[in-house]
Amino acid sequence: MIIAERKPIEEIKTFVMGRKRVLVVGCRGCVTVCNAGGTKEVGILASLLRLEAAKDGEGTVVDELTLERQCDPEYIEELSELMGGRYDCVLSMACSIGPQFISRRYPGESVFPALNTCFLGGALAHGIWAEHCQACGNCVIHKFGGLCPISRCSKSLLNGPCGGSAGGKCEVSKDIDCVWHLIVEKIESEGRMGEFLGIELVKDWRPSRDGGPRKIVREELLK
Amino acid sequence: MTPDAALKIEWEPKIIAFCCQYCAYSAADMAGSMRLQYPTDVEIVLIPCTGRFDVILALKAFENGADGVYVAGCLEGNCHFLDGNIRARKRVGMLKGELAAIGFGPERVEMYNLSASQGPKFAEIAREFTERIAGLGPSPIKRPADAGNPGES
Repeated sequence: MIIAERKPIEEIKTFVMGRKRVLVVGCRGCVTVCNAGGTKEVGILASLLRLEAAKDGEGTVVDELTLERQCDPEYIEELSELMGGRYDCVLSMACSIGPQFISRRYPGESVFPALNTCFLGGALAHGIWAEHCQACGNCVIHKFGGLCPISRCSKSLLNGPCGGSAGGKCEVSKDIDCVWHLIVEKIESEGRMGEFLGIELVKDWRPSRDGGPRKIVREELLK
Repeated sequence: MTPDAALKIEWEPKIIAFCCQYCAYSAADMAGSMRLQYPTDVEIVLIPCTGRFDVILALKAFENGADGVYVAGCLEGNCHFLDGNIRARKRVGMLKGELAAIGFGPERVEMYNLSASQGPKFAEIAREFTERIAGLGPSPIKRPADAGNPGES
């Protein structure tokens, strides 16, 4: 899923400064699962903004709404009755796709991102998320024991480990596992070391961002 | 008399205490049985464990006029659900950070630990926190921004 975290309240305050009617819009997709922008987080941010406004004697209205998803026009459409001058700004608590979709659908609205979109990852434990994919568009993890050297190696090495691997950790930080250490362990446990010792040739990066922003069109799904 | 002075005279702190049923709530019962005096400004909300406490509960309390909020759970290591009180302490810490960021006064929220047998400690906590809030003055949302707030920077 997409992992995000809320921007500092100080930054969000600069978005709403001078605006009297604010709509905070959450998303029930990835950001609900990673506790960044679901109904609960929308409630917390809206409450903080209301308290701050009340403290300063400002009559700011902060309303809350959480959509099923913000990366789908079908659900963005649910905002149509609320747009058109009713709010001075919209704070989207989705990944950055959400505020872009709202902005495009409602050109007259001032839309701000309340989250920083961080990476594609999974939960290692409740409250801990780690990057596991870089969306390179050409998945090669089957060659590496099911582990991704593109996203999980600090250098994205295809032929590792490098000299910075020590005790299973990356030289960048002791908090980062060396994925090449894990890859070698995994391949050894599979008993495939013999076939693994060849040189991995250059990866085809064309499906990654080398061709600019990407798009997928599936004819069979088009209306 | 200025309106601000009138507010100071008439104002009594409104405090919400989220109390775990296994410890603080029972301690409050004991304080009552022992005829111990503690401030009547403290309104107790029973929760099944402080692990149930959530940041949004405190924020809603503040939005609805509370001047201070505290959470009272079991002694660390004695939670009936293992670590509900540890989690609550972290949430209170996170809430303090958020309140500080909006200039609301992080001292208006606190976490306490006590056991069910500590009726006197419950009364002491209630007195201590009430005095703290009385020193800070009314919640910042209860007065115009230019009125100042005693004891709060």
